[in-house]
Amino acid sequence: MVKTREIVFPGDIVQAEGTKPRNGTYRNSDGTYSSCYFGTVQVSEQFLDVVPFSGIYMPRRGDKVIGKIIDVGPSMWVIDINSAYNTLLHINDTPWRVNPGDLKRFLGVGDYVYAKIMSVNEIRESWVTLKDVGLRKMEGGHITSIAAPKIPRIIGKGGSMVNMIKDATSTRIVVGQNGLIWIDGAPENVMVAISAIRMVEEEAHTTGLTDRMQKYLEEKKGEIVGNSE
Amino acid sequence: MGTASDIKLINEDGLRLDGRSADELRPMKIETDVLARADGSAYIEWGGNKILVAVYGPREAFPKHTQDIDKAVVKARYNMAAFSVDERKRPGPDRRSMEISKVISEALSSAVMVNQFPRAEIDVYIEVLQADAGTRIAGLTASSVALAAAGIPMKDMVVGCTAGKVEGQVVLDLSKEEDNFGQADLPMAVLPKSGNVVLLQMDGDLSVEEFEKASSMILEATKKIHKIQRDALAGKYKAIALERSGE
Repeated sequence: MVKTREIVFPGDIVQAEGTKPRNGTYRNSDGTYSSCYFGTVQVSEQFLDVVPFSGIYMPRRGDKVIGKIIDVGPSMWVIDINSAYNTLLHINDTPWRVNPGDLKRFLGVGDYVYAKIMSVNEIRESWVTLKDVGLRKMEGGHITSIAAPKIPRIIGKGGSMVNMIKDATSTRIVVGQNGLIWIDGAPENVMVAISAIRMVEEEAHTTGLTDRMQKYLEEKKGEIVGNSE
Repeated sequence: MGTASDIKLINEDGLRLDGRSADELRPMKIETDVLARADGSAYIEWGGNKILVAVYGPREAFPKHTQDIDKAVVKARYNMAAFSVDERKRPGPDRRSMEISKVISEALSSAVMVNQFPRAEIDVYIEVLQADAGTRIAGLTASSVALAAAGIPMKDMVVGCTAGKVEGQVVLDLSKEEDNFGQADLPMAVLPKSGNVVLLQMDGDLSVEEFEKASSMILEATKKIHKIQRDALAGKYKAIALERSGE
């Protein structure tokens, strides 16, 4: 029997009353399940997941990610999404009317986009789209990154953690499922937001993090107000 | 193997040159996340061995002809520093290090869930800074720690150990002198949960009985080594969790 936030290693048997092992586990020949990661156990009402401490992002259909343009082709952009594989953005999947061969006018190498994974195939080739609400080219701001498995912790239950950081630091934050985070605001506020994100990353496997974060942000807020006076 | 020498490798009390008994391991220490740039890393000190391991990936395999359409390839590179041995080692890959790279790659491939990453490669760089017998197994043991730290999915950890025959007696975890002047050397690596053997080599001769004894000694020792691996991985995270819960 394992409990939530318990540390497990690859090969450790994981099971908890009334739950079905799901992500981060594999089935043994005798019907038991083992962890395939070094990480922590997450027991929910129905399922048991193992969340690794680190690791790369694997594209899944429907995920909204932040990517960096690394190459421009005649009809596609090649985008690095912090994964083992690059992804592609076709001109037909953008909200603009792009003429083939004229892609650089819209997105150049080094630009960041907030895009949605449209499809992923068996050999992990993927395509993204910019045709949805909120998807766009990132203008200005700062990019920071954390380990992709810790993204749910940054977002928090129903976005509570990221909203708290946004409100306390008065910054705009966009969190990509792939571990890249875009932050825009006054430089000193951005620095506070980044330090808060680092703290979440470091302590993602502990309990009571939201309360500690609240305290931390209030302290930092006081410092900034104190400095400007 | 079996070079003639006057050195008495095992004394009258059954103790070895460094004072160990026949089934005693050399002192071992593993550290993780020692390199900031790597996705996962580990440093191992095992007796006189000092080995640094860095793991990168999974990432798209390059050059492209090395890609496998339905699984990832594990590319381990075992390399000895020029200053790692008594007499300067000519730098660069040689026959021995290429063989070791191959057997380590294969041992790791059987633990890593390669099917999850088609077309990808996982790079494992093993740098031997100081060699003192049993480097391939020490490198492999540290590699599996580095892979786990990198968050790469694995069926199990890989744990290795050596045994051998010295002055007609089967002993565990050979030291440099025992390796050079003993009669046999048997490196072996297993997946501790299933007991599957993923690496087995033999230099010198062992009878069937001696082999059985050596392999059971190794299996017993891998339990201890597996514990050290787990403690090394969990150390940092447990400390943070403990510190925070105590507030």
